[in-house]
Amino acid sequence: MVERLDVDVAIVGGGTAACAAAVALRGHGLTVAVLEKRRCGAGASGVNFGGVRQQGRDLRELPLARRSRTLWDGLSALLGEDVEFEVSGHIKLARSEADLADLEAYRLAAQEYGLELTMLGANAVHAELPWLGEKVLGASLSPTDGQANPRVVGPAYARLARRLGAEIREFTPVTGAVATGRGFEIEAQGLTVTARHLINAAGAGGGLLATAFGETVPVTPLSPNMLVTEPLPYFISRSIGVCGGDVYIRQTRRGNAIFGGGHGWQDVELGFGRPTAEQSLDGMRRTLQLVPSLAQANVIRTWSGFDGQMPDHIPVIGPSATTPGLIHAFGFSGHGFQLGPVIGLILAELVTDGRTPSPIEPFAITRFRDMPTATSAEAAHTEH
Amino acid sequence: MLDVAKRDPAIVVVGAGPAGLRAVETLAAAGLRPILIDEAPRPGGQIYRQPPVGAERPARDLYGFEAPKAVALHRLLDRLGDRVDHRPDTLAWSLLENRLDLLSAGSFDQIDFDRVILATGAMDRVLPFAGWTTPGVFTLGAAQIALKAQGVAIGRRVALVGAGPLLPLVAHQYLKAGAEIAAVLDVTPLAPKIRHGLGLAWQPATLLKGLWYTAHITLAGHPIRFGVKSLRVEGGARVEALVWTDGRGREHRVACDAVGASFGLRSEAQLADLAGCRFTFDAVTRQWQPERDPEGRSSRADVYLAGDGAAIGGADVAELAGERTALTLLADLGRPVDASRVALLDRRLARQRRFRAALEAAYPFPGHLLDAVPDDEMVCRCEGITVGRLRDTAKVREAHEMNRLKAFTRIGMGRCQGRVCGQAAAEILARTLASEPAAVGRLRGNPPVKPIPVKETL
Repeated sequence: MVERLDVDVAIVGGGTAACAAAVALRGHGLTVAVLEKRRCGAGASGVNFGGVRQQGRDLRELPLARRSRTLWDGLSALLGEDVEFEVSGHIKLARSEADLADLEAYRLAAQEYGLELTMLGANAVHAELPWLGEKVLGASLSPTDGQANPRVVGPAYARLARRLGAEIREFTPVTGAVATGRGFEIEAQGLTVTARHLINAAGAGGGLLATAFGETVPVTPLSPNMLVTEPLPYFISRSIGVCGGDVYIRQTRRGNAIFGGGHGWQDVELGFGRPTAEQSLDGMRRTLQLVPSLAQANVIRTWSGFDGQMPDHIPVIGPSATTPGLIHAFGFSGHGFQLGPVIGLILAELVTDGRTPSPIEPFAITRFRDMPTATSAEAAHTEH
Repeated sequence: MLDVAKRDPAIVVVGAGPAGLRAVETLAAAGLRPILIDEAPRPGGQIYRQPPVGAERPARDLYGFEAPKAVALHRLLDRLGDRVDHRPDTLAWSLLENRLDLLSAGSFDQIDFDRVILATGAMDRVLPFAGWTTPGVFTLGAAQIALKAQGVAIGRRVALVGAGPLLPLVAHQYLKAGAEIAAVLDVTPLAPKIRHGLGLAWQPATLLKGLWYTAHITLAGHPIRFGVKSLRVEGGARVEALVWTDGRGREHRVACDAVGASFGLRSEAQLADLAGCRFTFDAVTRQWQPERDPEGRSSRADVYLAGDGAAIGGADVAELAGERTALTLLADLGRPVDASRVALLDRRLARQRRFRAALEAAYPFPGHLLDAVPDDEMVCRCEGITVGRLRDTAKVREAHEMNRLKAFTRIGMGRCQGRVCGQAAAEILARTLASEPAAVGRLRGNPPVKPIPVKETL
């Protein structure tokens, strides 16, 4: 027998943004069902680098990142468990004059959004990070950025949502969704959900769901290749990136150094990513140049995930252009972790008020209207 | 011009224990030149591990009754010469699609294979008990390795604890080596051994050897105590005593300076996992195993499995299965194979399976140890995670599955990546939830199979 659920809002996808939306919607007294094909917070939300970073984002994302940052301070208290959020600051290194000029230009632009960045000269950087193995010309420090444990954030939001009365359904892949005129009817495994509103927070699968409503968008899968060492004495006091994005590293309080290395292998049909040896070894080589003391370390695990990437590397956020009541939030292109909490709020605002104070126009799904269905976005090196 | 279609297929065998060695022998006999990857410097596997060059001792001392088998396997590669491409000291640390990633002599390498036989062996199954991380506590396998490879005992006065046929063997070896035995404790009861004695007669020679070891240690004044209910190691910087409770609940204390303790074996199946082989839960040995048909095929057409790496069977089974699996591979390649040899191997393997079934029944899983282990005891020493932490997390944070438990507690995220702690954690999780280990799943495998040094990428 197929179970039936009738709710105000159905959310497809169980990542951080989806579960944060469920929490916010329950706060407004709406009934909510989250339909997650595997486990909540275990996809791109749960296996990413763990950077809580504003610096270096596309300027169009900065207002959202700024607002989200205010939520991170209270996140452990809100969720009732420690998400290991630490304001370690984020340093972006310049290895050429051109990099330096880019950092300075970004600093000026970011100021407009209230993000204060500090330029560090070569001496100051090397004094701050005496273990650096490469000559850098300077850096930009974002003191309010930091890091957190991605594995706990999404599941903690899901549990909070459930405590607040949301229906959280894991291992419930959605097989079809239609607009009925009065709302939506969503078919999932063993379950039919009727809802007035539908939120598409399906990550890499967001494009497919959008297509069901006549909105074709070019989402390609993205699988960052991640590595972690055994615990080392604590020395990487900041979260580190470089201009160009081909090295990024942080160290947990436990001592493990976590760093990125290119992009992994993908099974697009099954929707999962795996690290590859070539990318891992390249990442180790590049990171070793920057952090020579890692020569003493062993890599104990490599992993990857599966996120949706847009051609312009910024997500789709906002109402559908074809179907009233449908709202999209997907395609975070490998850097949605920091944004998760605010996306939840924005989605709830869009459902309850039909608008949000956050400027989401740049993320409209209509920006791809005239684009041919793209095949593959270039796999640029980016800090995830 | 090179005719690619006619080149010999690239066949890789991982593991130079009894299974892998018999596999390469069979492949070489068919005119192929297999590549044999092995972590150890010398062939033999764990069971027939050789001492380092220059530290040899008589095979009879090292391997007892099994010396002729060990010697035959050790000499096998010398006999085959360059008909096998043997790569010792080489770790196969990842497998993706048709590529194996290797680390040897300080450098990384890759091999593309057409077909691979994974003969990756087994390791001790470790279960936590009070004080098990005290310096001086070893697994039975480690206690054996100390004897075989280093020629030393793990202590002067040793208590041995087990849940399988390894226990009388190690006790016998330690006695022969002149070590003082403090106690020989079997945490499984005696009754099923008597009940399944008939089944054990499917391998009369093996049964007799087991009885011989048992008689030897009994006559030496150390009868095996069966049905041990709980264990506790005393000592701070070093083992001082082992306290144990017998089947009637009476507590005993024996002074000792080392403990050898492990509880059966677990398959080292990480490469099969990375290869994408389908796994099923084996309710008898209570572990996830890669599916294998009786002829040695995995669920993946070009990946074959032989020996303890797929299911625990012991060294004799591994030899048979290594040859049998290689013959399957040859038949799959369209090469002629000797049907009567295949039939003979299948008969022997069937007989071994009946023996194994009786053996597993004679040594049931000692789950009571996990119920007895206190909350403040470590289960994962890489990450310092206690049993109580797992129990609490399962209840309070709704971690109902192993990867969830890993995400919340870091279990399986340390150096061993769950090889040591994973099965114990799954049992603890299942017991806490009043569920079954099959229902709590298994840790997702990720490369590397064992830690790889960053500096070697330079």
